[in-house]
Amino acid sequence: MTTTEEMVRARGPAPAPGSRRRPGFNRQTAAGWLFVSPTLLILGVFMLLPVAMAAWVSVSDWGGRGSPWGSGVNFVGTQNYADVLGGRGLAARDFGTAIRNNLYYVLLVVPLQTALSLTLAFLVNKRALRGKGFFRTAFYFPSVTSSVAITVLWLFLFSASGAVNAVLSWFSIQGPNWFQDPRGLIHLMLGGGAAPPALAQPGLFGISAWEWLAGPSVAMTAFIFMAVFTTSGTFMLLFLAALQAIGEETDEAAMVDGASTWQRFWYVTLPMLRPTLFTVLTLGMIGTWQVFDQIYTGSHGGPSKTTVTPAYLSYEAAFIAQDWGRGAAIAFVLFAIIVAFTLLQRTVLGQADPALPSRSQARADRKRQLEVRNGAK
Amino acid sequence: MARSEARAPGRRGIGLTAPFTYVALIAVAFVYIFPFLVQVSNSFKSDEEATSAGLALWSPSWTAAAYSTLFANSNFALWTMNSFIVTILVTLGRVFFVSLGGYALARLQFPGRTAIYALLIAVMAVPSVVLLIPKFLVIKSLGIYDSYPGMILPLLVDAAGVFIMKNFFESIPVAVEEAARIDGAGPFRTFWSIILPMARPALVTITILSFQGSWNELTHFIISTQSPELTTLTRGVASLASGQLSSGNQFPIKLAAATLMTIPVAIMFFIFQKRIMNASGGAVKE
Repeated sequence: MTTTEEMVRARGPAPAPGSRRRPGFNRQTAAGWLFVSPTLLILGVFMLLPVAMAAWVSVSDWGGRGSPWGSGVNFVGTQNYADVLGGRGLAARDFGTAIRNNLYYVLLVVPLQTALSLTLAFLVNKRALRGKGFFRTAFYFPSVTSSVAITVLWLFLFSASGAVNAVLSWFSIQGPNWFQDPRGLIHLMLGGGAAPPALAQPGLFGISAWEWLAGPSVAMTAFIFMAVFTTSGTFMLLFLAALQAIGEETDEAAMVDGASTWQRFWYVTLPMLRPTLFTVLTLGMIGTWQVFDQIYTGSHGGPSKTTVTPAYLSYEAAFIAQDWGRGAAIAFVLFAIIVAFTLLQRTVLGQADPALPSRSQARADRKRQLEVRNGAK
Repeated sequence: MARSEARAPGRRGIGLTAPFTYVALIAVAFVYIFPFLVQVSNSFKSDEEATSAGLALWSPSWTAAAYSTLFANSNFALWTMNSFIVTILVTLGRVFFVSLGGYALARLQFPGRTAIYALLIAVMAVPSVVLLIPKFLVIKSLGIYDSYPGMILPLLVDAAGVFIMKNFFESIPVAVEEAARIDGAGPFRTFWSIILPMARPALVTITILSFQGSWNELTHFIISTQSPELTTLTRGVASLASGQLSSGNQFPIKLAAATLMTIPVAIMFFIFQKRIMNASGGAVKE
């Protein structure tokens, strides 16, 4: 004990001038810093330092050999960013394609997973329901399994002669060879013809408007189904916790006032779920902009680059093409996109008041604490 | 709407809509469970049968050949061992460091506490994919690339875990510690023998989250290792998926691998089912 304390004292910072001195002050300060030091060390070395280092790499021409701080490495300014964002080069076209692919993914997955998880939460929240535990378990199980295992399963289910196409054939539908099919859904709906000349000119990032409007490829659609399958259980639990916090009294009061089921949902429950809805949409969006594991395991970006996402492109640029500057630049641009979308969503949902999400967070935290404590019994 | 009048005010629960609710729930549950049944049953089929009759859950000519091929032709046993080594060490370390940090932030008064807390929140906001390249750079410069320390150290602390523990400790009455302090116990003694035993439920939560998290971790191992001896299950099975063993589609082997790697988290899930359902209200895995 004594040795520990001496160590503690030696390591603790000097008290700030003018700070209150009371018995036990030094001891608490020292213990405090000692207790958080592993956290600070690990997060500092593997989270903050890396970001600083990558910021340098993103403005350098480091080629992956030796140290990025070495003498052979040059400052290239915004060159890497310009390659990715401007120009009509391959780097820009790849980035534009990745953004398009991921944008359709986000636009489809986020609403679908939110609607499905909300519906499931409502259905399993009913008091008189039997087999509640079974249903919750069934819906949540896909969320605990690894994305690698699920992707392997998906490759099988969505193979040319797989289970999904077998089911489709019952309805006389000839299913596609999902993971090999680069055709865009919107193009398919339009009949699959060639691009109208007006839309064929290279546009943003060197990609024609026709290509921007392709929609998610058939292969990406299979990944979209997978994302909805694996995340709806987690979000269902978030909604469920919120519904239980609201309690049935509110609903019953509205019922006594003669409100119909639909009215109760639309005018009573949904407004009260707003903070959770906001959380789910935000988490969903942050998650869907980061798709990586599934692409790495399942498709490597193919077919015809229609499942490349910015996260995968960043990995590919750095680790495979050894173009580290470009990879780091893509990562930072992706970060900016995520921040921008979060802010946009805040504005659109009218949650400009910063107190709202944090208050809901505080409530969720209190709720969780209670649950954890109750679980101890 | 007119429908409300048809309902007696005292009626509640699922009443009229019950059949619909059950049909909907059973249908969705079927869609959620069926893929896993397909996975297990096809891992016991031959290549041809899995391709021609993937939907069938029972095969009269079932065989465990896929499993024996998996162990014979890949390093599956080694991958499993690596996954266990990393998962166990990360979980042990996380439980200790995260509760230490959480306790300090919740209970100890020291200058810089607020700043550290703000830092923690900021770190939680950084998307992990953005850190892919940066983490590799640091791991490489520290000389721990392609080694167990490189795989384990960066995962030892997770900001969300510190956050969960801090919240939990704040819910324990202060009086308990004051009694200990008056009895002359130092901060570490108080933490270790008084507070930590009271925090068992929260520690179980952390254990589950970090076990599941590090068992399923893929990206960190992609960027921190390259040698075959350090391959974990996630990296190994991902390489199988892209057809390392391939001659033909080899679906039964891949599905066998996916099934086996799911077993530990599935066991964990079913043991702590109740706790998981409650705990994940705040910690969302994506």
